[in-house]
Amino acid sequence: MLRRVVFEKIRANSWQKQKTWCLGDFVARKGMRMIIEKRTAGLLAFITDYLGMGLALALLLVIFGFRAKHFFTLTTFRMIANQNADTMIIAVGMTFVLIIAGIDLSVGSVMALAGAVLGVFLVRFNLPLPAAIAACLAVGIVCGLANGFVVIRWKLPSFIVTLGMLEIARGATYLVTDSRTIYIGGPVEVMTRAPVLGLSLGFIIAVVIVVMGQVVLSRTVFGRYLIAIGTNEEAVRLSGIDPAPLKLGVFVLCGFLTSIAAVIHTARLSSANPNMGRGLELEAIAAVVIGGTSLMGGRGSVVSSFFGVLIIGVLGTGLDQIGAGEPTKRIITGCVIVAAVILDQYRHRIRKGGGTAKN
Amino acid sequence: MTPARNKTLLKASGINKSFPGVQALSGVDFDLREGEVHALVGENGAGKSTLARIIAGVETADSRQGQAGGMSLDGQAYRPGGRADAEADGVRVVMQELHLVANLTVAENIFIEKLPSRFGFVDYEKLNRAAREIMKKVGLGAVEPGVAVRYLGVGQQQMVEIAAGLSRRCRILVLDEPTASLTDNEIELLFAQIRKLKDDGVGIIYISHRIEEVIDIADRVTVLRDGKVIATRSTSELGLNDIIRMMVGRDLESEQLRHAGEAGEVALSVVGLTLGDKVKDVTFEVRRGEIFGFAGLMGSGRTETMRAVFGADRADSGEIYLGGGKEPVKIRKPRDAVRNGIALLTEDRKEQGLLLRLAVRANISLVRLCDVSRFGWINTFRERSVAGRYVDALSVRCSSTEQRVGELSGGNQQKVVIAKWLYRDSAVLIFDEPTRGIDVGAKFEIYRMLGELAEKGKAVIVISSDLKELMAVCNRIAVMSAGRLVATFGRDQWSEEKIMSAAFSEYVGGSGGSERSLRKISH
Repeated sequence: MLRRVVFEKIRANSWQKQKTWCLGDFVARKGMRMIIEKRTAGLLAFITDYLGMGLALALLLVIFGFRAKHFFTLTTFRMIANQNADTMIIAVGMTFVLIIAGIDLSVGSVMALAGAVLGVFLVRFNLPLPAAIAACLAVGIVCGLANGFVVIRWKLPSFIVTLGMLEIARGATYLVTDSRTIYIGGPVEVMTRAPVLGLSLGFIIAVVIVVMGQVVLSRTVFGRYLIAIGTNEEAVRLSGIDPAPLKLGVFVLCGFLTSIAAVIHTARLSSANPNMGRGLELEAIAAVVIGGTSLMGGRGSVVSSFFGVLIIGVLGTGLDQIGAGEPTKRIITGCVIVAAVILDQYRHRIRKGGGTAKN
Repeated sequence: MTPARNKTLLKASGINKSFPGVQALSGVDFDLREGEVHALVGENGAGKSTLARIIAGVETADSRQGQAGGMSLDGQAYRPGGRADAEADGVRVVMQELHLVANLTVAENIFIEKLPSRFGFVDYEKLNRAAREIMKKVGLGAVEPGVAVRYLGVGQQQMVEIAAGLSRRCRILVLDEPTASLTDNEIELLFAQIRKLKDDGVGIIYISHRIEEVIDIADRVTVLRDGKVIATRSTSELGLNDIIRMMVGRDLESEQLRHAGEAGEVALSVVGLTLGDKVKDVTFEVRRGEIFGFAGLMGSGRTETMRAVFGADRADSGEIYLGGGKEPVKIRKPRDAVRNGIALLTEDRKEQGLLLRLAVRANISLVRLCDVSRFGWINTFRERSVAGRYVDALSVRCSSTEQRVGELSGGNQQKVVIAKWLYRDSAVLIFDEPTRGIDVGAKFEIYRMLGELAEKGKAVIVISSDLKELMAVCNRIAVMSAGRLVATFGRDQWSEEKIMSAAFSEYVGGSGGSERSLRKISH
């Protein structure tokens, strides 16, 4: 509403109505208007986008703060941040995939496979940490390549292809680990021992990735192309932009980010468990959807997905601390996800201002 | 024409409607009598679709304090809460955008609201029989009611939509651009149905850009401009120019359309292009500075040819030469074509030419993002100023370059597409039906733009189903028939008869509404 008022004021002196201008005049006025418009528009958009999520998060914190004795402590917050670092990174990759109207169901299994490779390279082959990490990242990239290539080459729905990869990667994980958990211990503890403010290295990396991801999505050519592809892939193709390499890049990116998450997860648990990551893909999707990214593509925000992960994380930890059992946790988490999507509908309607497309 | 009866069926007074940023209707008065065809004409954005939607219950009019802008049906207050309410009162609308379910059959689509059934199972015999009856009336007699709708051509789909609208009892029928994709034959059948409805006392609101049709079928016409009623008159009093003048507010006859440029060297040369049975051995060349028109019936292969030239579909064989070069260029996808300076403005701008949910500036910059960005980083300020420049130059009516393109009217959307390719500065521009669904005023602006492009030395190709349009704007006209390029006419050689007979030459007589190619006649 406020936004509209501001715009009306600006348009009262609309340059549309005035046709004969000299160039300098035009540039000066246009520039001024742009600055005003941009600041207001940007600020208001920022607020409406993140206010809802911020409020929800604050609400949860307050509720749990009152109900559980030790919730509102630094220790708890640190724990939530550190434990969800891997999910945050995966959520970034998932956001990108959802924006091009795709989906990646294999992230949980790929993370397990990458983590298993890391474990095996460290423990069984006794390779130095950097080499093992490189191998782990390579696994993620290769899986992403495979996903992307099959989707693009045969024009298949990414749902099916990544579903297949989910099974393949999980099976490969069992093969690699001999169906046993690999205890790593020493070599990887280097990574967990460098906290800043009690926040683990993993969380720091996650935040950096979130920021970079948001910047790439909203400010770069690559990000613009992705949003365009998610909006209308055919129109992008007919504009002379080949969507194939871009889509492939997104799947590779998702795989790469998944393997980074694998490194962090494996380091945190100091072991490679072939069952790790089960259900992680759904958690990531839930977080991204809570954050407001559309499953249809063309719309989304990495920072919102970050908040989505936080909300789910706070919810989980909070429920634990007030003594809720696992079943209760799951039911409540499910309800929150659905409620978030319903609320997102209303938020979207407010943003659009109720305008309808003309002929 | 049957004389209109005097009883007023629907009366709307003082209707106002505003959307963010624009006043779509202000103080509109409109009335409809029993058994009359009352046409609504006006430029895009003039408000006719909005008024129709309000009458059909799809939108609600704004209510002002104290002053009720309202409608009455048969003397009783009429305030439909939605489309279902309106239909319960007998007001039906056939919209411009097709609302058919692609995978259901023709019969199922026609009777979708009331499938004949026994104990919950659909009675297909009854369904198909009833459907066949209606289909015969609108000229779809040759189509099987059990065929899935997505296998039909656009013209036939539109007829199915109309048949669905006609099949249900109503007091008022609103037709929004019903003839956009129809052949002359189908239009005649539609008009016959409309006249029958008139005899039954049904009131019909007819919205169209085709003024000649309006004069033919309507009893009265209301002209809207900028959301206000300019005049409501009987069609016997008005001529084509009168209506256009009221719509646009100025005389358009005097506009200088004839493009008098001389052509320069060859910009594009296509040799032996073949694609399945849609494009058969097509050869032509276009020079810089000329406007080259492509005429032909629907389904004659013009769009397919240009899509092959652009790389949107891969041709089976043929060579494309650019700028008089000796070596053919390899065009396998649109990316190759764009890099070689070819632009294609597609027939269906909403589905294929625009990103509706994104801002105007994002659409304009799409084909040349590298120009407003450095090392992959987009400079939004620069993007806005570039987009703003084009919006000004082409007089695109939008609230700002931030506005979503989906909210603009058809003519303005088309201008955004043109701006996009102008920014790219392609040497060869292919326009496929550039003025379809665009009002008269905007059409002339686009013709002028075409002329300016040619003057700047671009090679312009225009595909159009409007012969008058082609003859006004082009230097040369090629005629395609059943996938072959059968004739090319220069300015002093052509005539409507010659072009039409060339267009029919590869077919057995009859309309081009069907997708199937008809048998060749020997000549």
